[in-house]
Amino acid sequence: MTNKVIMGLTLMLILIVPTMSLHASAQTSQSYTITGAGSTFVFPLMDTWRVEYNKIHQNINLNYQSIGSGAGIKLLEQKSVDFAASDAPLSVSEAAQAPGALTLPDSIGGITIAYNLPGIDKGLKLTGPVIAQIFLGNITSWNDPALVSLNPGVNLPSQKIIIAHRSDGSGTTYAFTDYLSKVSPDWKSKVGEGKTVPWPVGTGGSGNAGVATIVKSTPYAIGYIELAYVFQNKMTYAFVQNADGTSFVEPTIDTVAADAAAAGSNLPAADSDWSQVSIVNQPGSNSYPISTLTYVMVYKDLSVVNGETQDRSNEVVNFLNYIVHDGQQYASGLLYVPLPDAIKKIDEDGLAKVTFNGGAVPEFGPISILVLAIAIMSIIAVSYKTGFRFNPKI
Amino acid sequence: MKKGSSITDKIFKYVAIGAATYVLVIIVLIVINLTTGSAQVWQKEGISFLTGSDWNSVDGRESYGAAPYIMGTLVNAGIAMAIAIPLSFGIAMFLSELAPKLLRTPLAMVIELLAAIPSVVYGLWGLLVFRTYIQNWIEIPLHNLFGDQSIIFAGTPFGLDILTASIVLAIMIIPTIASISKEIMLAVPNSQREAAYMLGATKWEVFRIAVLPYSKSGLIGAIILGLGRAVGETMAVTMLIGNATGAAAFPSSLFGPGQTLSSIMANEFAEASQGGLHLAALIGIGLILFLLAFAINVIAHLLVAKVIKSHEGAVLA
Repeated sequence: MTNKVIMGLTLMLILIVPTMSLHASAQTSQSYTITGAGSTFVFPLMDTWRVEYNKIHQNINLNYQSIGSGAGIKLLEQKSVDFAASDAPLSVSEAAQAPGALTLPDSIGGITIAYNLPGIDKGLKLTGPVIAQIFLGNITSWNDPALVSLNPGVNLPSQKIIIAHRSDGSGTTYAFTDYLSKVSPDWKSKVGEGKTVPWPVGTGGSGNAGVATIVKSTPYAIGYIELAYVFQNKMTYAFVQNADGTSFVEPTIDTVAADAAAAGSNLPAADSDWSQVSIVNQPGSNSYPISTLTYVMVYKDLSVVNGETQDRSNEVVNFLNYIVHDGQQYASGLLYVPLPDAIKKIDEDGLAKVTFNGGAVPEFGPISILVLAIAIMSIIAVSYKTGFRFNPKI
Repeated sequence: MKKGSSITDKIFKYVAIGAATYVLVIIVLIVINLTTGSAQVWQKEGISFLTGSDWNSVDGRESYGAAPYIMGTLVNAGIAMAIAIPLSFGIAMFLSELAPKLLRTPLAMVIELLAAIPSVVYGLWGLLVFRTYIQNWIEIPLHNLFGDQSIIFAGTPFGLDILTASIVLAIMIIPTIASISKEIMLAVPNSQREAAYMLGATKWEVFRIAVLPYSKSGLIGAIILGLGRAVGETMAVTMLIGNATGAAAFPSSLFGPGQTLSSIMANEFAEASQGGLHLAALIGIGLILFLLAFAINVIAHLLVAKVIKSHEGAVLA
């Protein structure tokens, strides 16, 4: 038995040393910098991916510039970045400027209705139409009958509602107004949806931080803020009625994921038109209705990107595969919602379509495949020789 | 020797000409860029881009009018100037006429230090600290006193509005105006003061009859520099003015949110869709701001020229 173990360990060494050196030579052979630009919302997650991916592939660096979704899409149109990240899908006109761009969801965001009511904790119950009436300026007081009837037993003050919204163009605004347009015809006809909309009332703050500052420091204020920001700053937020009208759902990573999963089966393929895609207000008793997908956009034929080479395009695809699969494990730690399987499938199918000058880009570089094959062989050989089993004996 | 000097002379001449043309070329390029970039919005909106108050970038409903932002810029800068000019002149008068010599230098240094604080710091301070004081000590008492009946004190006072933005803006431009005014007042020859004292004038009278007429044109220049900063200031104003859009941004109440030309650009530029009407409208706002600044400068030069003419004797003396 001891002989076998020693033999197995020796074999393992013999087999692992070349794989390691192969791996090392692969890493030092050529280093690449993948470039991306766009969304500020996804930046903390993107930065984590950069660091974690670089730990596994030391020759790959990511240069991601969080300059805003619109500016990221402009750089994609100019073909000067490998990928763009955006909080909103490409509009029809943007898609026309970037022909052949794939849309790949990379993360999910939830938008909360945060408020500052002294003495009242989180969990005020709101419905979509009531939220719309508040932001339209039709419900002006906290003890409006519409609010009181939704919240029996809550002592709502007789105070004016102070409304805070985003002043900068933002994917958060897009998702929030998209939701309000879906649930309130009034909102749809008077305001509509977009990254910047003509707010009838309220004060604008710049970024999630700006709105959060207003809400936190102003009693009787209400505003819409991204989920992660609200959790980190320990703000109070409302529970929103689900699409079925059966319950008031607390915004959490799980309830936002439930909403996205319910939408997953109806989403288009990565190379089709996404301009009308929306995942707000999906069915399911546990679906939090104000949710949004964030995306990376990448050209189907990567050779159109300035200065792209075959090898580098391989690395771009590898990195995007990492984002969709292994990278998702870091999402919930940063209060992002991990992608459900249905959406991962869309990304996989989309990435399989990426080519370079018409030739398919392999998902793994040939060296990685070699390394993987040798590693698998060595594991099989060692376990065979030593009599180890993959499953523990019972 | 002669030959060498003529070559250096030539080099000097061309370098100087180059430097001077650079300024002109840049200005021409800016105007061309702003005009072509905003052509789309002028074609669609025409003159109503200047006079309209509807600002809507929602797909299919696009409509742009800059009037509330032009008004917002003028009102915001106007209130800031109304606060800053008397205070700055007071500071300059104290430093040049009244302060003991020992105090003059350190105080002047502190004021110049204030001018060096970045505007984002003023903005954050205003947003996180100063606005609660304005809200509790100025706005709520005034609002309770006059109520919603008075137009300028109507609305819900909570500190992010035209008043706060104007006060912080005033604080930001005081150092600029004050330090330049002080230099100008100090440049008035002492013979002027001595002559006035000889006639039995008091300190205030000396200032009024000897210093003020002599330094008038310079003081107007100082005001213009301050006004230039007030009109163009972006960061701090964006953080404090409340950023309403469209008709809601029209500056009717001191306690209502507003928007200036520079803040609307800062807010919406990054996410405006490329090649669209929204971007053209924002570039058009840039053109308006450029023309506004140009107009202010021209008026300032005319004013200074007029003042110099009416006090020709004083300046030449």
